[in-house]
Amino acid sequence: MLSSQIKSNEIVFGSCNKDLLEEIIFYGIGLGADFVEIFIENTDNSSVLAEEDFITSVSPSFGRGAGIRIFKGKKDGFVSTNDLTKHGLMRSVSQAIEMLDITDNKREVFNGLNKHRDYSLSKKKWIKEVPSIHEISEKLLVSTKSLKKNNKIITRKGSYSRNLQEVIIASSDGTYVSDIRLHQTVGLNLIASDAQYRSSGSRRFGSSGMPNEFRLWDHEKAANDVFESSMNMLYADYVDAGQMPVVLANKFGGVIFHEACGHLLETTQIERGTTPFENKLNEKIAHESVTAIDEGISEGSFGSLSVDDEGMEPEKSVLIKDGILKKFISDRAGELRTGHKRTGSGRRQNYSFAAASRMRNTYIAKGEHSKEDLINSISEGLYCKSMGGGSVGATGQFNFAVEEGYLIKNGKLTSPVKGATLIGEAKEVMPKISMCGNDLELAPGFCGSISGSVNVTVGQPHIKVDSITVGGR
Amino acid sequence: MNSREITTQISKAADFLNLKKWDYGASFSNDYSVQVDKGEAKQLKASQKQILTIRVWNQSNLVGITTTSDISESGIKKALKQANIASDFGNKNETTEFSPLAKDPIKVKEVKKTNPVGIKKLLTLLRGAELKLIESHESIKSVPYNGLSESFFERVYANSEGAFRSYSKSQAALYLYARAEEKNKKPRSSGSVKLGYGADDIDIESCIKEASNKTISHLNYSSIKTDKYLICFSPESFLTIINAFSSMFNARSIIDGVSLSNKNSIGEELSTEALNIYDDGLHEKNISSTPFDGEGTPTKRLCLIKRGRIENFIHSESTARIFKTTPTGHAGLGSKVSVSPDWIVVEKSDENFDLKTSLDHYTYEGEFVYIEELNAIHAGVRASQGSFSLPFDGWLYKNGKKISIESATVAGDIKYLLKNIVNIESNQEVTTSGISPHIWVNELSITGDA
Repeated sequence: MLSSQIKSNEIVFGSCNKDLLEEIIFYGIGLGADFVEIFIENTDNSSVLAEEDFITSVSPSFGRGAGIRIFKGKKDGFVSTNDLTKHGLMRSVSQAIEMLDITDNKREVFNGLNKHRDYSLSKKKWIKEVPSIHEISEKLLVSTKSLKKNNKIITRKGSYSRNLQEVIIASSDGTYVSDIRLHQTVGLNLIASDAQYRSSGSRRFGSSGMPNEFRLWDHEKAANDVFESSMNMLYADYVDAGQMPVVLANKFGGVIFHEACGHLLETTQIERGTTPFENKLNEKIAHESVTAIDEGISEGSFGSLSVDDEGMEPEKSVLIKDGILKKFISDRAGELRTGHKRTGSGRRQNYSFAAASRMRNTYIAKGEHSKEDLINSISEGLYCKSMGGGSVGATGQFNFAVEEGYLIKNGKLTSPVKGATLIGEAKEVMPKISMCGNDLELAPGFCGSISGSVNVTVGQPHIKVDSITVGGR
Repeated sequence: MNSREITTQISKAADFLNLKKWDYGASFSNDYSVQVDKGEAKQLKASQKQILTIRVWNQSNLVGITTTSDISESGIKKALKQANIASDFGNKNETTEFSPLAKDPIKVKEVKKTNPVGIKKLLTLLRGAELKLIESHESIKSVPYNGLSESFFERVYANSEGAFRSYSKSQAALYLYARAEEKNKKPRSSGSVKLGYGADDIDIESCIKEASNKTISHLNYSSIKTDKYLICFSPESFLTIINAFSSMFNARSIIDGVSLSNKNSIGEELSTEALNIYDDGLHEKNISSTPFDGEGTPTKRLCLIKRGRIENFIHSESTARIFKTTPTGHAGLGSKVSVSPDWIVVEKSDENFDLKTSLDHYTYEGEFVYIEELNAIHAGVRASQGSFSLPFDGWLYKNGKKISIESATVAGDIKYLLKNIVNIESNQEVTTSGISPHIWVNELSITGDA
């Protein structure tokens, strides 16, 4: 008898679990749930850290678990567990039903699961194709060695992590899918020091679904980039605070759009009543030079996925077209509670989080200007070549650290400056993005929000903001 | 399996695999949480979690590690095997050993034992809190960020030399962030967080009152002129900044070259003589306290700054060995053992004659900026460089009046800040991250919109 034909009392990855999943869903519907969703995962992760010229940490981890979500009306109950037996899953369904206090006799119809959509078929070989710990370690050590370009470099680090996640998603609308996701990320960090001067630099690279990507990573180019950046900033003066025009570089410069505007276009923000864009569909919310996109389909990009965590294939969503708001990023709960159609954006960190509407690859589309056009148009301002992290407050105010900045004077880049922070509100800044460059590039990152930390890419071409508050000394 | 059975299971599996030296840390938890939206249940959540981290020493005494949520017999065996494979890549330059204090007696605080109140009760309590908060002021329209949770967990540490520690406790948390709206004004938001040993133990009324008062106090706002100001840090904001720069006291950070301090910094003058800072994980007010760290070392009170000078660093087993001292109970179990503070206590020392005691945030009538809460710490702090540029919530006090500051950042250097403390108020306040009085600092840069 084939393993797939065995009726199991426990979820078995790589086998057919249809009968067991249907039994669990029938059980939930029978108890009065409007909707039952089961998300099951099996993970196999590794991370490696190189410091100076030594491997100082190798951390494998593995695990499995299930998240069960029950909807009744617009309410939902979510239970997560490590127990993947039939008994454990049914107990979780019961717990969710009990939490929701479901007592009515109205029963939804469950017609069984649809034909299995298996996105994992071509991906099962990935685990054999990803680099071994030995191979990773060797390349990381070469990378950290590449950072040692002069005696001002006092700390060098290289880090790698690989996450392999196998998922099964089944729900009472018939959804039944399996997938394997592979994410790899590698980062370089250094600290430079000379007498009382200090600077630091970091770069991160990442991919999804490309087992060979780490092997192809150009560590020398990355090391040169981060070294050059830290040297430029080592003796930089603090920037003077004030209102000024800025040019934000491409790639990770897109983090500002992601944080300050993208989150406000997630339906979770509509549910909370915390987005100023709630009733602005088809209205102008940005300068006409701005078109912004969120999608999950760019091959290899860190935020791409074959299917979201609710079993829907991701779509390309044009959020803003020529300054006009066109769409919100939505998941199942978002559609239920706000009426905005799902966009294949239901995402979660792992089984212990309920999915929520989350960004994937989010970027401002390219315009027609060169980077030089943007800089030449400013008589006094700031060029933000590399952005650090940032945050957005509960009322939409954002703050972002500029990791590498240069003053612009009379249309030319002049001295490097440190300590700059960009401060503003999306609603006020979006109409001030007056020029977009023609050099769109994406950069990987991690986004933390309601459903945990998920892989994303941010991106943009060089953009000019006519006026923004720059925090400094 | 309970924690004793898991220890036995690991021991048996290690014997089977001929692994002589191992240790593990584990946590097992049951968590329940609710969120509401205008009186309706929004999301109700329950989770059962188990995390096991196993370290194995190979014949060359190099350490490998694996973390798993699978504590079945096969899961434990697989974890030991993986850790053994990982030990081939163990750090040859900095060996790890068991903590010499892993069998020392631990002090377990007497805390109130609580039982789960259940999701329905959590929901009822949170609905009531949300309603009261909305009704507390006509401008408060919603409480977009709210939650009430209960957690019941056990932490365990054991090793192959017979050390075994286990600690069970419960904890509950309530957060309420209100949003206030007034015509022709920007929405304003503020909130409060309260912890307790159980849902029944949380002071819900004070959380509502604090969230309401803070939110209302920001309704009348204005931008602030970019300039240098006399600053009064609230206890919460001062603790935030000390925690953000705790790498100054962290032996791990010093070894890694990411601290402003070095091995010889003990005795270095950092601040006014009036300042004492302790790390006191076992403090009676610390609801999150645990009696031992990730390596099984007992938690203890440790003086970090005495009369303005660095007195001690916090350590793991390996950093303590390198510094020729004893572990301090601040280790986190990992392939590379981390070190972090528990609960900071700031106080005025006996040497406080130079302080300008006229600076009291209740009575001082001159101009100053009161920083209530610092935000975006992960983005605005360069711990290895000592600099910070952080958005904050607060007020400008001027001519006997106070007005909320619309949107601003405070920027500076931690060493400058500590050296320029001009007053430490007498009354200490308990926060969720420690205890501190209000601290006054001269001349920090504020960037505003005006």
